[in-house]
Amino acid sequence: MTDAPLLDVQGVSKYFGGLRANEEISFQVNRGEIISIIGPNGAGKSTLFSCVTGFHRVDKGRVIFKGHDITSRKPHAIARLGIVRTFQIVQVISDMTVLENVMTGGFLRHNRVVDVRRKAEEILAFTGLIEKGSYNALELTISDKKRLEVSMALAMDPELLMLDESMAGLTPVELRQIIELIRKVRASSVTVVVVEHVMEAVMELSDRVIVLNSGRKVMEGTPEEVVANPEVKRAYLGERYGAVSQ
Amino acid sequence: MVGVRDITAKQMTAGGAVLALLIVLPLFCSPFAQHVMILTCLIAMCGVAWNVMGGYAGMFSFGQAAFFGIGAYTSSYLLLTFDVSPWIGLVAGGVISSLLAAAIGYPCSNLRGHYFAIASIAFAEIVRIVFTNWQMVGAAEGLTIPMLKESLAHFMFHSSKLPYYFIILAFLLLALAVCRWVSTSKMGYYFRAIKEGHEIAQVLGVDVVRYRLYAIMISAFLTSMAGTFYAQYILYIDPDSVMVLPISVQIVLVAMLGGANTVLGPVIGAAILVPLSEYSRAWLGYKGTGMDMIIYGTLITLISMYQPNGVWGAITNLKRGSK
Repeated sequence: MTDAPLLDVQGVSKYFGGLRANEEISFQVNRGEIISIIGPNGAGKSTLFSCVTGFHRVDKGRVIFKGHDITSRKPHAIARLGIVRTFQIVQVISDMTVLENVMTGGFLRHNRVVDVRRKAEEILAFTGLIEKGSYNALELTISDKKRLEVSMALAMDPELLMLDESMAGLTPVELRQIIELIRKVRASSVTVVVVEHVMEAVMELSDRVIVLNSGRKVMEGTPEEVVANPEVKRAYLGERYGAVSQ
Repeated sequence: MVGVRDITAKQMTAGGAVLALLIVLPLFCSPFAQHVMILTCLIAMCGVAWNVMGGYAGMFSFGQAAFFGIGAYTSSYLLLTFDVSPWIGLVAGGVISSLLAAAIGYPCSNLRGHYFAIASIAFAEIVRIVFTNWQMVGAAEGLTIPMLKESLAHFMFHSSKLPYYFIILAFLLLALAVCRWVSTSKMGYYFRAIKEGHEIAQVLGVDVVRYRLYAIMISAFLTSMAGTFYAQYILYIDPDSVMVLPISVQIVLVAMLGGANTVLGPVIGAAILVPLSEYSRAWLGYKGTGMDMIIYGTLITLISMYQPNGVWGAITNLKRGSK
């Protein structure tokens, strides 16, 4: 049981009308890994996240987590099993403080307010937001909001954390901080899957990289293997430099 | 956030003083003033109940009159037909209202914002039309509650309005306690997540369908209790007096103008709007000029223009500013 993968995605397909957003995608995630999913815009990365976490109904294929078939289960049920995700566009609860936002995540595992508050404070200390605990969530900078999202996710005691573009639009200093945070999260024995465009972070963090293009998996390998692959260069990395110069 | 903060000793003292005043004051009031206080507590209770689903969970119901009416009808029908005590009818009405709320709320699980509001109006109108044509419950003629000897057990008093006042005050306190408990517990956090958006709530592991049903059911139960009280107080009900849209609208108004999303907001709203409405009608309404409605409407417009967070929201902002 211990060498079975934590997450086993088997031939998942998702269609929106005639659009094949995900086509027969298979991959595995082992405990303790950091996996990056890269690919050009529209490659199906966020759709794949939504298929795994129950936000989209899967049209074909299966998703196995810890030996349970979680294909098309409800998002809250999947969260309870231990997969927590974030969204590309930062989502926080606007009429709550930072601490209350994190507490809302904490109620997944505890019912008593005092327990949840203590836990939320521990997590804010871990993620470096504790001084801003009483701020309204909307008062935070973008980078702190992303940090808050990670804090909310951690409050739910995930075994698998799926981050959708947590590093987009950050300054180099903020980028370093979030990379350090993800490292710390992994060190606390949480497995991490990220969707990311920032290649610097992908190269530095990932044990393995999965490349998607037009809804299909193009390749999978170590960061070094991936950047050396001509097809990846053509489909994604070349385009990336075009995108950066815009 | 008033609901989340812990109660301090100072707040306890202030609350105790207000409560003492609310108990002593009506002893020295005219029957009409007592009547106004009873209506104020009644609408306040409905506003607090609305706030659980509308203010905290963001489900804007304009159909609360349905639950109010079902509460009134259930206890009255049981009393008339089976001689069942209104106190039992009160609980039965609450249970029926909650179950109906769940039955109608479940298929509406994905409706948000305006669409939920529209569905709630449609639901309440359907209930009203059904009762208007339902012979078993008196159809359009309604039900007249039989006179019994006055006693607490009969939920009926003839010599004074004061017992009614104390009962509805107790009901209001119960509703406030429920609302405060909800707002400071796991449920309150989940309600506020749902209000922000179904997606974020689901990310946080909230079973959105289930928690929305909790909100509707709690709200329906409390509103139904208020309906039973109204039937026992007025002793005559028909669909036009307990199930019409203006009741639903007034419930939303007191909550919104007082301050939705706060425990005490709806009480403040009711304490301003109900006396204003009743006294302006008593003093000006008989002239037939519509002056009472003009004053009422003007005040609502002014509050919504200048204090969109409601009166209680303005007070808490002032307090925060002075710190």
